[in-house]
Amino acid sequence: MNEEKAIKILLVDDEEGYVSVLAKRLIRRNFVVKTALSGSEAVRILRNETFDVAVLDLKMEDMDGLEVLKVFKAMEPRMPVIFLTGQGSETDAREGIELGACDYLVKPCNLSELIERITAARKRC
Amino acid sequence: MEDRHYYKSLTRNMAITMIMVSITPLVLIAGLIGYYFETAYREKVLAHLQELVEKHQQNINAFLDEKLSYIKVLADSYSVEQLTDEAFLENKLIILQNAYSGIFVDLGIVDSTGVQIAYAGNLKLEKADYSGAEWFRKAQKQDYFVSDVFLGLRKTPHFIVSVKKRRGENEWLLRATIDFLAFNSLVENLRIGKTGSALIINSAGEYQTRPGMEPLPEMASLLKRTSWTRAAPVEGAHAATSQPAGFKTISSGSLALSGIVASRGREFIYILMPLKGGEWTLAYQQDTADAFSELNSARTLALTILFSGVLGIVFMAFFMSRKVVLRIEKVDQEKDLMNEQVLEAGKLASVGELAAGIAHEINNPVAIMAEEAGWMEDLLEDMHIEESEDFEEFRRSLKQITVQGERCKEITHKLLSFARRTDPVHHDIQVNDTIEEILGIFDQRSKFSNIRIQSELDPALPLVSASPSELQQVFINLINNAIDAMGSGGGLLEIRSRLEADQAVIDIADTGHGIPNTVMARIFEPFFTTKPVGKGTGLGLSICYGIVRKLGGTITVNSAVGLGTTFRISLPVHTGDVTRTGS
Repeated sequence: MNEEKAIKILLVDDEEGYVSVLAKRLIRRNFVVKTALSGSEAVRILRNETFDVAVLDLKMEDMDGLEVLKVFKAMEPRMPVIFLTGQGSETDAREGIELGACDYLVKPCNLSELIERITAARKRC
Repeated sequence: MEDRHYYKSLTRNMAITMIMVSITPLVLIAGLIGYYFETAYREKVLAHLQELVEKHQQNINAFLDEKLSYIKVLADSYSVEQLTDEAFLENKLIILQNAYSGIFVDLGIVDSTGVQIAYAGNLKLEKADYSGAEWFRKAQKQDYFVSDVFLGLRKTPHFIVSVKKRRGENEWLLRATIDFLAFNSLVENLRIGKTGSALIINSAGEYQTRPGMEPLPEMASLLKRTSWTRAAPVEGAHAATSQPAGFKTISSGSLALSGIVASRGREFIYILMPLKGGEWTLAYQQDTADAFSELNSARTLALTILFSGVLGIVFMAFFMSRKVVLRIEKVDQEKDLMNEQVLEAGKLASVGELAAGIAHEINNPVAIMAEEAGWMEDLLEDMHIEESEDFEEFRRSLKQITVQGERCKEITHKLLSFARRTDPVHHDIQVNDTIEEILGIFDQRSKFSNIRIQSELDPALPLVSASPSELQQVFINLINNAIDAMGSGGGLLEIRSRLEADQAVIDIADTGHGIPNTVMARIFEPFFTTKPVGKGTGLGLSICYGIVRKLGGTITVNSAVGLGTTFRISLPVHTGDVTRTGS
């Protein structure tokens, strides 16, 4: 991983506590991480920067994850998006895959698995 | 108690219907057949009796005619000189007595002055003077004459048959005395059944035969009121010019009257026929109980059969109804049990739905805790804890884990307080507390759905007797539906409670899409749902309905498409009790 260029991730989730600790752990593993606490904030960030992968929470207060996905696809069609979803919302996540998301993970998830999916998504999608 | 009454009246109604349906035609048919049979049978018996009496009438008339004709032959065959010869007359009497075994008692020739000029017989009546006798006066006026029965000179009942002969200026009578007993036996022969007998009476009401029966006191006057006149077109027939009330004319060839007379609590059949040119009346009398004895026994038998049939029907009707109702009762009980099971199943379904929702909410804090824990592990890898600049970071991270753990605890606590096994025992509950408890559960969900919850609870609301878990279920179902109805677009959920006419009234109003009229009629039906497959069981509202009704309350709905829906629950309260209980 070290030989490669650090992967730049956009982490979108309205749970601040979750985003901050996850970002710290990913940074520690040499990822470049930018966080957004809402869909609209994520869209704003994406206007100025590009990312290798976006990790997107499905349920957020201001904008639904699926809506954010549509905007992302319009702005950065080639950026892979991975959904993070709660238990019991797998149906929505599968809907997200149909709309062009790359993968989904059920919260709470193992960090190593998340990293694995991020790496894979970058290559696959 | 009410059920027992219901099943009892159901049994009674079924039995009465069965009895009426079975017995009515039975009784009608029995009555109709009985009536026509009795009428026909009575007519047949009367006709038969009349025929018998008529035969006797003919016999008696023939007897009288025959005896008269013998005397006539005697008078025509011999001269008055021959007949006044007592030895000759004696000889003729012996011939007649031999031929007719003592019917003729004696013979005599009476001249126009009433003196018997010749006599043959045992009574020594030679030279007897009949000038003052009534029969003589009547006989002088007719060529042929049959007298009434009288005692006369011999002081025994007898009657006289006479023929008037004329030679020149002189008239004389050949008379014969007819034995009363021989004549009487003709009438006495007419005995039918135990009480049927006949007698002859003249127009003056005097018996012409020994009455073979005990005559009714009314009989003499009854017969006196009957008189016959020779006026009918058929020769020998007579019309009754007067007849007792209730008697009717039988017109079958010869003339007769028949009727039924009640006396001393009994009924008697009377048949009256004219004799001797209407001067006498042949009267036949029979007790109806005797005459119609076979009819009576047939009627008794028929009534016995009818009565046992009716008893059988009544018994079977009650027996069958009881059996059917017992079966219905059993089926009802099974149905009630099934309803309870459906209620229980629905309850479990809503618990499951809720649990899934809450698990979803728990995900975030749990995820954070997991990540924080992971972060701590990351830091521990470097292991210079005490002096480390990361020491503060440890403290913060640990605090975060604690905080998020508390969050989890709170959510799971609420979940568990709902999912408690249903307690069928009713407690006095403060509805407001239950509502507040439930609203806490929906806090997260409403926030995500952009729904504002407003509650306006009357603090003076009296207590309600209900099962806490059942009441919770009612509110959870209604609030769930309200949130679903408003969808992701959000809206306002208002919950109000107040006291209204001894009822605790709770309104749950949403600003959702409303219920269309086509659906309104079915919303409380079990398994009816408008939610997509897998999203709803269709049991929520029917369970609410069942629970509220069980508590003696009502649940109504008011909805306008596009504006929202309000469910109103009214529950009976403990009157005068306004204390609050701690939840």
